[in-house]
Amino acid sequence: MLDPQDRIRFEQLVLPHLDSAANLARWILRNRADSDDVVQEATLRAYRFFGQFHGGDARAWLLQIVRNTCYTWLQKNRPSELMTEFDEEVHQRPSANPETLATQADERRRLMSALETLSPRFREVLVLRELEGCSYKEIGEITEIPIGTVMSTLSRARERLRQALTGAARLSGTAAKEVS
Amino acid sequence: MNCELAETTIHGYFDGELDAVRSAEFERHLEHCPQCQAALEGIESLRMQLQQSDLYQHASPELREKVRKQLAQETRKAGFTPGLSWKRWFLLPTFGTLAAAAAVITIMLFVLPAHRESTLTTELIDAHVRSLQPAHLFDVQSTSQHTVKPWFDGRLDFIPPVADYATEGFPLVGGRLDVVDGHNVAALVYARRKHFINVFIWPYREKEPIAESSGSRQGYNWVAGKSGDMQIYLVSDAAPSDLSELKSLLQQ
Repeated sequence: MLDPQDRIRFEQLVLPHLDSAANLARWILRNRADSDDVVQEATLRAYRFFGQFHGGDARAWLLQIVRNTCYTWLQKNRPSELMTEFDEEVHQRPSANPETLATQADERRRLMSALETLSPRFREVLVLRELEGCSYKEIGEITEIPIGTVMSTLSRARERLRQALTGAARLSGTAAKEVS
Repeated sequence: MNCELAETTIHGYFDGELDAVRSAEFERHLEHCPQCQAALEGIESLRMQLQQSDLYQHASPELREKVRKQLAQETRKAGFTPGLSWKRWFLLPTFGTLAAAAAVITIMLFVLPAHRESTLTTELIDAHVRSLQPAHLFDVQSTSQHTVKPWFDGRLDFIPPVADYATEGFPLVGGRLDVVDGHNVAALVYARRKHFINVFIWPYREKEPIAESSGSRQGYNWVAGKSGDMQIYLVSDAAPSDLSELKSLLQQ
């Protein structure tokens, strides 16, 4: 059972990674309101399980719980997103916008929608690697992918994202021509 | 022409996950493989795009607040009542209230500073232990104060004094950012024979002075003091005399 000392330790070791938790959940669930609920639930679970944390990488430990909570939530509320095959082709192209690429805000929007067309399992490895700066070992721990396949998963995820982005650029390029 | 490496190994190389031998092998291959060169450029620019587009989703203040409240609730549920006992004291009738007030003042004057210092020590020892885990010791690894000092520039709202004491037997090995007591602090790492010494540095806060003190806990020794307008706090499993020696060097 947790005592006040544990609470202090939890606040020192685990809570500093709340940003990472919020980031991962937001990207898996693609929606702030839902991801905030899930992060809250996940931190509570982490707190209850804290007795089982025996040192080591607190961020990876928390993120693993956050990720599991996200997938449980998806299973319950949006199971169709989990049905999408791990290996499927990018199924929807981001909608074309003739005036893209003009500003940084557009660039951001373009990247966001491209990322969001990926399946959650590709999105999460990209977010963990490129935004969170996790090592392969950490990614393996958090996502429960065997470490030997982290590299190939990332490779495919990057390729999917590239396709999604060039798809968007191609579409917006065509649209731009049609407008002019 | 389809290079297999452009789909697999290149990612490990790019992410710094290959061992030295495989990495060197790949570099040799890269020189002669236009496909890998193009692929490398591609994933590099993808990373740049992702990292420069402000995609990181931070926890909102509301979420932080909710999480904190929830933890407090959970702790109470478990039968711990931090803070509650105080309220109960104040609800007692007058004499009780006075007595309680006196007790509170005593606590604030004597016990709390000691308590703060003790939790601070716990926190710093935790930070020291954490820093000894693989890949946690440094953010910047260098024996040169000229590399370490500029590294802190822009990462902290103060400039920590950075000096190497290799000739005195305390070579500087690196630096790191840490969070202590809710504040960003600089951590300098010195080596002493086979031990590491973490020197935590933050601006001296008049409202929260920390006395020149030393002690040991859980097998770790610590020494606290002031150096110029900085608070310094040394933690290590090295001998107390080593810590005092480094402390006086830092205070010169």
